[in-house]
Amino acid sequence: MIEFRSVTKEFPDGTLAVDDFSLTVPSHRTTVLVGSSGSGKTTLLRMINRMVDPTSGTIEIDGVSVASLEPVKLRRSIGYVMQNSGLLPHRTVVDNVATVPLLRGVPRRTARADALRLLDTVGLDRAIADRYPSQLSGGQQQRVGVARGLAVDPNILLMDEPFGAVDPIVRAELQQELIRLQHELGKTVVFVTHDIDEAFLLGDQIAILREGGRIAQLGTPAEILANPADDFVASFVGADRGKRALHVESQDGSDVLVDSDGRPAGVLVGQRSGAGPSGGARSDVPHIVPTEGPPR
Amino acid sequence: MNYFTDAVAWLLDPAHYPGPTGIPARLGEQLLFTVVTLVLASVIAIPVGFLIGHTGRGRGIAVATSGGLRAIPTLGLLTLVALWIGIGLGAPYVALTVLAIPPILAGAYTGFEAVNRATIDAARAVGMTELQIVRHVEIPLGLPLLIGGLRSATLQVVATATLAAYVADFGLGRFLFAGLKTNDYAQMLGGSILVILLALVLEGLFAGLQKLVVPRGVAVGRPPVDRKASTRRRPGMEPAITKGI
Amino acid sequence: MTWLWSNLDLVWLRTLDHIVLSLPPILLSFVFALPLGWLANRYRPTRGAILSIAGLFYAIPSLPLLFILPVIIGTSLRSPANLIAALTLYGLALMVRVVADGLASVDPDVRQSATAVGFSAWSRFWLVELPLAGPVLLAGVRVVAVSTVSLATVGAVIGAKSLGSLFTDGFQRGIQVEIITGIVATVLLALVLDGAVVLLGRVLMPWTRRTRRIRPAPAAVLGPMPVVRSVA
Ligand SMILES: Nc1ncnc2c1ncn2[C@@H]1O[C@H](COP(=O)(O)OP(=O)(O)O)[C@@H](O)[C@H]1O
Ligand SMILES: [Mg+2]
Repeated sequence: MIEFRSVTKEFPDGTLAVDDFSLTVPSHRTTVLVGSSGSGKTTLLRMINRMVDPTSGTIEIDGVSVASLEPVKLRRSIGYVMQNSGLLPHRTVVDNVATVPLLRGVPRRTARADALRLLDTVGLDRAIADRYPSQLSGGQQQRVGVARGLAVDPNILLMDEPFGAVDPIVRAELQQELIRLQHELGKTVVFVTHDIDEAFLLGDQIAILREGGRIAQLGTPAEILANPADDFVASFVGADRGKRALHVESQDGSDVLVDSDGRPAGVLVGQRSGAGPSGGARSDVPHIVPTEGPPR
Repeated sequence: MNYFTDAVAWLLDPAHYPGPTGIPARLGEQLLFTVVTLVLASVIAIPVGFLIGHTGRGRGIAVATSGGLRAIPTLGLLTLVALWIGIGLGAPYVALTVLAIPPILAGAYTGFEAVNRATIDAARAVGMTELQIVRHVEIPLGLPLLIGGLRSATLQVVATATLAAYVADFGLGRFLFAGLKTNDYAQMLGGSILVILLALVLEGLFAGLQKLVVPRGVAVGRPPVDRKASTRRRPGMEPAITKGI
Repeated sequence: MTWLWSNLDLVWLRTLDHIVLSLPPILLSFVFALPLGWLANRYRPTRGAILSIAGLFYAIPSLPLLFILPVIIGTSLRSPANLIAALTLYGLALMVRVVADGLASVDPDVRQSATAVGFSAWSRFWLVELPLAGPVLLAGVRVVAVSTVSLATVGAVIGAKSLGSLFTDGFQRGIQVEIITGIVATVLLALVLDGAVVLLGRVLMPWTRRTRRIRPAPAAVLGPMPVVRSVA
């Protein structure tokens, strides 16, 4: 569990990036901080691993204030994934993944073997292990970044817009991969994004932020969608434009969920026997299979 | 054209080889002088350059002083120091060490500054100490530019060492000045050819070395896409190369 | 100091000599660099060759070059023409790369839209590419100006008169002030020429005045060499 208690960060130049922020991040869940650029998301994330120290307030991990921990040691125990992967350009993929274990003194062979296994975990072919980052696609680089974040088997994984720089199709792939991973690993994930759809897709708990890291609303995706706290949240999630006001249309025998613009959002399956490709799902409750990428 | 034949004849004349004023001895003097000067300058400039590059502090002062040093005409500095500390090797050593510092310093800190900000940031985020960042990230990635700095310093020193024969009895420059004094064009030209060959050989060596030290991951694949936005590069901070004498 | 006051006219004469020696190389190297730089930028295969040769010339120490040039181009060793030729070569070696890089820095979209609206290759070069490469060229000319002024002093050891003569004369006669005067005068002259180049740039490129990225600090202080030379 990570706990922010009245955390404030004012940078030396006077920018008040975070103003009196309090939040409890539950263990083994994904908490998403979502807000527009400059709302203080990165600053919040970096205060957890002491890349940034708060001006006032405390941050505790399982009851221990991070201020009492040695920054380098703390960072080596927390996974960190960032937007442009931040891989070392002069090291191969496998060496990049093994960076922190090697720093911690894990023998080379072990570190390398572990790193190769991690490539499997994040869905990368071991064949690329000896390539350099510049020889990978953006999506592959991000996967390597995730593998590096997992290399020390951290309890906490911090992710700062990790899929922000890849194209929508690859992004959707990576998102699904992260959902699968999180299902297997159950890390305490703090995920930062400015993409509300991504937040809804990945978050167990979502904090919608305004300027200065002020929480506009905190809740599960369902809670927020059902009851936007105010106009700001409503416009942020797009509810005011009826974006998410979905209705069912029948098409070729299956029920398609369509948003107000007439764009398909998903297919309703499991309600009628044998309808649709996943008719095998023997569920009495209708559930939604999303179509390729959320309609934004 | 027979000037050149004379020069080549002079170069091939066995009489010009033995002894402390022979071609090998003079060449050795010039090389030794160049190496010692570069080592002296590096010992001062590299640590300072790394410190500036890593912390980003003191850059303004470094740019200003090294720029100022660079604008000073070499011959002026050489003769002035020679007046101060007398004829001999002391003056060239002092003057040339001073002249070799700016390019090496610039190479050292621009090398660091050219390293992608995000890379350093990520290295810190995964838990590298500042020293580890310097050792494992900034030095390997900044090495090509540092070697570039050493390369222009070398060119400058080897060239100016020739000129230093004006105030001290050493190096290949002696052939030029001796030839000038006695109107011995073969000697002037022969000495000139030697100096030029030496400079070109060193230049070639450094060009090769510079390619060799580019980390493989940087040399292969695509170049980084977003150079402007993602590095600490600022206008006017490329290692300035000024013509050696 | 008394030396300075009683020799002001000498210093002035040497300054004039120095200007006569430095201005032609700065101008000539720019003029010659244009076609060569254009060629290097326009045709891939020529690029490597032209820039390598330029790099090699740049690596040649100046004193030996002064001795060799007379044999090759027939100038007389101690003549201003000899020194001017050498300095032009160095300026050219530097400017060729600058011109090539400057032309390469022109946004291809702009070049294509210029072609699209009907510029001929010739007019496009003069009216679009060259002006847009202007700021890079300017930075290059500044470096050439400063290093030419500094280099011109070398001629003094073979007897070509310039501010450098104050060094040789001061050294032989043991007059420190004379040498210091020479150094100060050389640096000042470099600064003045550099400033003149900057001013000229502003006059010729009014569109860069507001959004200038290159700070107008003197090149002598910044020493911005816009390219990292390589003999690749
Ligand atoms: N090192 C810094 N110095 C000064 N201001 C900063 C610094 N880092 C971030 N800021 C400012 O703090 C605010 C929040 O930044 P950030 O946490 O990066 O936001 P986000 O990640 O949500 O885009 C912004 O106004 C930003 O300009
Ligand atoms: Mg951010």
